[in-house]
Amino acid sequence: MNAWKSIAKDAFTQTCLVVKFLGFLHLTNNYLISPTLVYGPSMLPTLNLTGDVLLVEHVSHRFQKVGPGDVVLVRSPLDPTKMVTKRVVGMEGDRINFLPDPSITDICRTIMVPKGHIWIQGDNMYASCDSRHYGPVPYGLVQGKLFFRVWPPSSFGSFGQ
Amino acid sequence: MGSGSLLWNLTKKYLTVGVIGLTITDRYASIVPVRGGSMSPTFNPRTNTVLGSLDDRVLIEKFCLAKYKFSHGDVVVFRSPSEHKQKLIKRIIGLPGDWIGTPQNDVIKIPEGHCWVEGDNPASSMDSRTFGPIPLGLVQGRATTIVWPPQRVCQVERRILQDRFPPSA
Repeated sequence: MNAWKSIAKDAFTQTCLVVKFLGFLHLTNNYLISPTLVYGPSMLPTLNLTGDVLLVEHVSHRFQKVGPGDVVLVRSPLDPTKMVTKRVVGMEGDRINFLPDPSITDICRTIMVPKGHIWIQGDNMYASCDSRHYGPVPYGLVQGKLFFRVWPPSSFGSFGQ
Repeated sequence: MGSGSLLWNLTKKYLTVGVIGLTITDRYASIVPVRGGSMSPTFNPRTNTVLGSLDDRVLIEKFCLAKYKFSHGDVVVFRSPSEHKQKLIKRIIGLPGDWIGTPQNDVIKIPEGHCWVEGDNPASSMDSRTFGPIPLGLVQGRATTIVWPPQRVCQVERRILQDRFPPSA
């Protein structure tokens, strides 16, 4: 009987430890820093085609410290299960000049970013699906700001504007 | 020394409970109060009672966020598109691909990854009729049950408003 009791107690302690660990993991991942793998052609001169590993911090977007020039992680407005990495070009109230499709025409259009929205664009304007297609995105979709590059090792270091 | 370690143990305990609580509310379920009469009569049927405001507390489940699968008539909590700190609770009327009539008397198709949300009380509701379709990524959870006050404990049922859809050709 005593043996069972000690086993149960042991199991309980171990479970507690695992739950605590998962809790702290969730906290760091969602509120502080998480790693992310970025690939695809849309940010080409800045980020490589084959995949870079970057660190995302989840602090500054909660304090509205995201500004033009920052590279942010945004939940895609077209598919909520996907994340996209784009550069912030304009904040609410800004006037944005953009080329809707630079490979076909060079007609420039101007738009005013509405309240609570941001304008995001990829660095590679020829192969990027961004605000030029789906318009300004709500600020609530921003998930974090990229600030540090881990992989490839040649460009290890902080990830500026 | 003894009281110091006691204090440290207490802090540690509170921190652990806080972290686990935060994890559960973020990932699985949470309880939020509903303010205002925009969802009346589903929530807060009487807005100004003698007792003051008795806000309904609603259980929000977050398992639906794994795949973002919603159906017509679900009541969801989402971040306001124009004010990201504000959360709103409304009913999903239209999903991607649906055609829906707007108050400006035209019919629009809901774009990919968006939904059309409206309050049950059209007279005082700030919803898609003002700001248009919202991205599904703003949705924070689905309301399942009213848990407080005790006399109003019940399931939140799905309700489909057929008259919102234009007659199919």
